[in-house]
Amino acid sequence: MTHEMILAGFGGQGVMVMGQLLTYAGMLEGAHVSWIPSYGPEMRGGTANCSVIISQEPIGSPIVTEATAVVAMNLPSFEKFESSLSSGGILVLNSSLIDRQSKRDDIRTYNVPANEIANSLGDARMANMVALGALNAALGYIVGTSQIMEAFKKIFAKKPGIVAPNELAILAGAKHVIG
Amino acid sequence: MSETRLMKGNEAIGEAAIIAGCRYYFGYPITPQTELMEYMAKRMPQIKGVFLQAESEIAAINMVYGAAGAGARVMTSSSSPGISLKAEGISYCAGAELPCVIVNIMRGGPGLGSIQPAQADYFQATKGGGHGDYRNIVLAPNSVQEMADLTILSFDLADKYRNPVMLLGDGALGQMMEPVNLEEKSLVPQKKPWAANGLGERTKPNVINSLYLKPEQLEAHNIHLQNKYQNILKQECRWEELSVEDAELIVVAYGITSRIARSAIEMAKRDGLKVGLFRPISLWPFPSERLLTLAKQTRAFLVTELSAGQMIEDVRLATGQMKPVHFYGRMGGMMPSSREIYNQINLIMREKEAVK
Amino acid sequence: MNTKLYERPESLTDVPFHYCPGCQHGIVHRIIAEVIDELGVRKQTIGVAPVGCSVLAYDYFNFDIVQASHGRAPAVATGVKRVCPDSTVFTYQGDGDLASIGCAEVVHAAARGERITTIFINNAIYGMTGGQMAPTTLVDQVTTTSPYGRNVNQVGTPLCISEMLSTIQGARFIARVAVNNPSNMAKAKAAIKKAFQLQNNGEGFCLVEVLSTCPTNWGMTPVEAVKWLETNMIPQYPLGVFKDAGGE
Repeated sequence: MTHEMILAGFGGQGVMVMGQLLTYAGMLEGAHVSWIPSYGPEMRGGTANCSVIISQEPIGSPIVTEATAVVAMNLPSFEKFESSLSSGGILVLNSSLIDRQSKRDDIRTYNVPANEIANSLGDARMANMVALGALNAALGYIVGTSQIMEAFKKIFAKKPGIVAPNELAILAGAKHVIG
Repeated sequence: MSETRLMKGNEAIGEAAIIAGCRYYFGYPITPQTELMEYMAKRMPQIKGVFLQAESEIAAINMVYGAAGAGARVMTSSSSPGISLKAEGISYCAGAELPCVIVNIMRGGPGLGSIQPAQADYFQATKGGGHGDYRNIVLAPNSVQEMADLTILSFDLADKYRNPVMLLGDGALGQMMEPVNLEEKSLVPQKKPWAANGLGERTKPNVINSLYLKPEQLEAHNIHLQNKYQNILKQECRWEELSVEDAELIVVAYGITSRIARSAIEMAKRDGLKVGLFRPISLWPFPSERLLTLAKQTRAFLVTELSAGQMIEDVRLATGQMKPVHFYGRMGGMMPSSREIYNQINLIMREKEAVK
Repeated sequence: MNTKLYERPESLTDVPFHYCPGCQHGIVHRIIAEVIDELGVRKQTIGVAPVGCSVLAYDYFNFDIVQASHGRAPAVATGVKRVCPDSTVFTYQGDGDLASIGCAEVVHAAARGERITTIFINNAIYGMTGGQMAPTTLVDQVTTTSPYGRNVNQVGTPLCISEMLSTIQGARFIARVAVNNPSNMAKAKAAIKKAFQLQNNGEGFCLVEVLSTCPTNWGMTPVEAVKWLETNMIPQYPLGVFKDAGGE
């Protein structure tokens, strides 16, 4: 199985790190992985997105054009990438900031109020972690939460204090999807 | 001792250079290679190396020239427009036979172009770029792992042949993250008795120079260079093949495009099509001989590049008029999807069927 | 017993200079060689030769030389010095090389306080290419590319490199000298020696600008050229120390 994902939002929402955590966790699972950002002026303030691939096969193009999953953290991202989703794909919408629904009936959509959930956990900046937990759960746990947390500890080695709350955010996102 | 790390291609080059014993880096910021420069800025002081942000790409390559002339393993990196600025210095390095590694993380051109991935500097990299009859060894990785491995190889080849080596990547390879295994290697310091590092115990001064005012002397120097290039051509061709043995169509692609092509070929194979991949790893020397052999057994080639068609000229030169050479390229920072290349494969194969 | 009054410095090879009659490159070469001998640093010296008349400097100096591309000698010297921090590294550059095409490199070497010495030969003209206008060409001076004289309205005024570089914080020692008479030659040697000593003490970027003649391209006899230098060049480019950050 090859998971080809696009994670998108506006600069500062943490979509890049969300992608890196997922990629890192995939690597720890022993899968083939790749992460590639959109880069350049659009990074500065506009929409930011990255492609993440987690696969049992060697990865061809790292740039995802036909996604099996899309996370849209804001409305422009939803508008830009809704059509990139393959039939049967999974769409995770940050319903805190997106008040629209997908009109496609060939995909599965998960509305996750990521900002509200993160806020309730004490820090709105963790909305990306809520979305990450939701995505992973929606995909049937392509990586283990423990692998995500191991990756988290590596990437945020200098901030051990934020590990526990972020794990709660990931679990809350997953819980929202699984119900 | 090795550990798998998740790294950007640009960063992997930097760490690999350090493993290769490079302790001098001179550069100038330009997207999409800047992470490499930033990585060196962080790492070099930790290992008592020299990182210096030059006032321009021109200054940076000339610092490389000076450091290489003094006998050090040295590197610079840039992206397309910056490489144009370095072209003069690269020609001087080639003329004075200075080993150095130049990284080009290509972006769209011409002119200021874009900052998105491209492969439009193939001519510049493999056919000269600067003035004079010279050749760079040009290596083209297609993964973050190869960014690292070929960086180490670049330093070795540079020293072995006293020649500039260009590592030719693109914005996608530079920016993407993949697992990479960096093996610690203990390197035997290279002896460089020709280096201009002060007479010391020598009695005869060393001169680093590319000036020969007498035409006889300059011709002799050129013949020497050409002999060296012939030797490189014989010994340093590198490539990778996938399913070429019974392929009716062979896709030829390097760097990031070879990965997109590989995905397309997998799709085609699922349809029962006999399609293979030929990936030059050394763009100069170009693996012409092997392509000629393959031309005898396949029915056609499809060259795909992020350009209007540059490497295709080498494929045509290598294979003569033996088999049709098709082309599919995107430009200006646009990347083809694997489906686009798959569609091209289908198109060519259907035409072949019609002819049959 | 015979007393040797004059001999070739060890830092010069036994190769006759190719320079034109009356050209002062030879004098400056000799001063540099004497200084390097006197400082006892010949075996650790690396010179960087430019593009220009002194492009063949590697034939004359008896120590390691790196020949640089046009204008880039300070960048090349930076690379050399960073690899060999205990060596004595100097660039030898003309006015086309340093003041025109290589202006950025010398400014930034100075700004970095690069521990190198630059000997800057200012003869107000391009020598090797045959007498074209340089940034240092005087107002109204006739050259092959200013055949009606340097026109200020078209190409501006002469660039005063020493004055300019002395404003840069990283510059340690900036002086302008001439070699038009024995007294000035002695001063030139003292300045050049100081510029090397300060480098060897690790004190930062040092530059000595040497006003020099180019009788061939000026279209003068050697004697006329010295006279012309005295009456025209020195008023435009006054001699002296422009910066001595040590403040001795």
